[in-house]
Amino acid sequence: MNGGAKRRDLALTAPAMAYLALFMIAPLLLMLYVSFLERAPFGGVQWGTFTAVAYEKLVVERDLLGQLAINTDYLSIFARSFRLAGITTLLTLLIGVPTALYMTTLSRRNAAIVLFLITVPFWTNLLVRNFAWILILRNGGSLDWVLQTVGLTRAPVDILYTPLATGIGLTYSFLPFMILPAYVALERIDRRLIEAAFDLGANRWQVLRRVVLPLALPGIVAGAVLVFVPCLGAYVSPELLGGGKSLMIGNLVQAQFGESRNWPFGAALALVLVLVLMLAMGLLLLLRRRSTVSTGAKASR
Amino acid sequence: MGPSGTAGGRQSEGNASDAPAVRLSGVRKTYPGASQPALHDVSLDIRNNEFFTLLGPSGCGKTTLLRMIAGFETPDAGAVLLAGTSVVGVPPNRRPVNTVFQSYALFPHMTVAQNMAFALDMLGRPRDFIEARVAEMVRLLRLDGLEHRRPNQLSGGQQQRVALGRALAPAPQVLLLDEPLSALDLKLRKEMQVELKRLQSETGITFVFVTHDQEEALTMSDRVAVLSGGRLMQVDAPVAIYDRPASRFVAEFIGDANFLPATCVALHGTGTGFRIDGADTGSAPLQLADAGAFAPGAKVVLVVRPERVMLVPPGQAQLRGQVRGTMYSGSDRMLHCVLGNETPLRVRLPGAIDMATLGNDVDLAFAPEAVRVFAA
Repeated sequence: MNGGAKRRDLALTAPAMAYLALFMIAPLLLMLYVSFLERAPFGGVQWGTFTAVAYEKLVVERDLLGQLAINTDYLSIFARSFRLAGITTLLTLLIGVPTALYMTTLSRRNAAIVLFLITVPFWTNLLVRNFAWILILRNGGSLDWVLQTVGLTRAPVDILYTPLATGIGLTYSFLPFMILPAYVALERIDRRLIEAAFDLGANRWQVLRRVVLPLALPGIVAGAVLVFVPCLGAYVSPELLGGGKSLMIGNLVQAQFGESRNWPFGAALALVLVLVLMLAMGLLLLLRRRSTVSTGAKASR
Repeated sequence: MGPSGTAGGRQSEGNASDAPAVRLSGVRKTYPGASQPALHDVSLDIRNNEFFTLLGPSGCGKTTLLRMIAGFETPDAGAVLLAGTSVVGVPPNRRPVNTVFQSYALFPHMTVAQNMAFALDMLGRPRDFIEARVAEMVRLLRLDGLEHRRPNQLSGGQQQRVALGRALAPAPQVLLLDEPLSALDLKLRKEMQVELKRLQSETGITFVFVTHDQEEALTMSDRVAVLSGGRLMQVDAPVAIYDRPASRFVAEFIGDANFLPATCVALHGTGTGFRIDGADTGSAPLQLADAGAFAPGAKVVLVVRPERVMLVPPGQAQLRGQVRGTMYSGSDRMLHCVLGNETPLRVRLPGAIDMATLGNDVDLAFAPEAVRVFAA
């Protein structure tokens, strides 16, 4: 690429770069800065006094005698959040991929209708939708009514304000983020490849496993990332449906900027989460690149 | 249109099974919403070990027929038999038939070797058997060194050969080829035509080849079925299809042909006499032994290939043509003439002919066996 083309490319990407710098990198740097400051007694920070106490607090605590002791409370909140995000991702995979597969069998018109129905919930605020789930899941709510009318249960099922309720809420909220990219990836598969697989003796299951799913994998992975990442920082569902009883990272961060008035700790928590995710993404990218590089190397043999 | 074709065609001698590789009987198919049936009552036997071609213009039903043998289409009526066994209702994955698709349809996420191993894998063959068979296919299709490439790293011709190898690897009873050469450039296409013939004779597998290219059909096939509008027009060896077309459509579709309006005349002796309209040479009427039943006075069309029309001395001329133009194409030269009544007549002469020796008017004749007669 010559200098002129390089300059032109730079000029063309400049707006996007500026946007990223202003709204992504600058806030992150600000957070980084805040996380190393000392907390002020009534919220906010004391500018100019640097300490790593916020990061220390993640893993150790000072007891009444001033001794350092390992504290796994916050780590277990991280673990719980990852577990919940993982389970939610798995559930959206199990529900979303078959749904997307089913949609590819529909006529163009019907697929458009289903797509529309999937996006309809986005028209309502997330908060409102989670409140609706409270009405469904609470004791004496719609779920209880249905179960008791059918005769499956007698007593209330006590789902609301449990991790299960949080899981249901998260799965519901993030399902479209799995279905849409998976559907796009599945829809793009050349039907003739599926025909070829049948022709070569594959049954339906083998066609799915050997041809369809591998070809749709990038879309499915994208969907999983789109579900997993926001799930980790989810705040509304754990708060409303989980009753705020079992803290998630999102709620923990919120609390630091709210009632706990510990801005540096909140910033540190958020940054650690971003870092972990970036590491995971980098690893994923590396793995994918290595797999393509190795086939390239074999090819040139 | 009796499938009398024995001339030039290799027969299936020495093959154990008497049943034809593929038998279609009374097959009909109308697609939902279509006004015309895609296939009208098609009955056809494809012999064992045969290179059989389905030839016709686009939309003639040849691809529908192929997909029916593969199992992707179900006939509305009639039967499809493979080696004597009905396969109606048997899904494509359980038919001993493989297809080479027009678009190749190679699996982009698999290497060449994985593509070719796919069908064997589906059959549950042991790993070392698969490896040996894939190696054999690689050798047969001259893909050495490309085993670990992905399809998108191959040229069109290489992709074509992978598609062939993939379909041949499980040794199907019948290999179906859906216009496999149409995406290749001319030179590569000629090479692949030879290659396909070689593969067919080396593997001994029945090939059913679909094309709209009549030259391709004539060069490669043991027998050709000409289809039009969902009907079988003629099934015969290439020589018979070309020299003895069963209908005006076949004559028109295959190769070049002159269509000369003529009138049947009463004749003393054997055969039927015809006088070509506008042939004012005063010569005796054309006498044909096997023209079919035409009453004197009947209007007919005589079909003559341009290369069968000869330049003759004036005394022997059946026709006198006025030269309107010539087209030189290297190996030969096409003379565009008209008869007295402006009926066009094309004459194919060797390219080396000296145009200076030809006048503006040429004296022409053709042998009786070069003529086919159809009702006008």
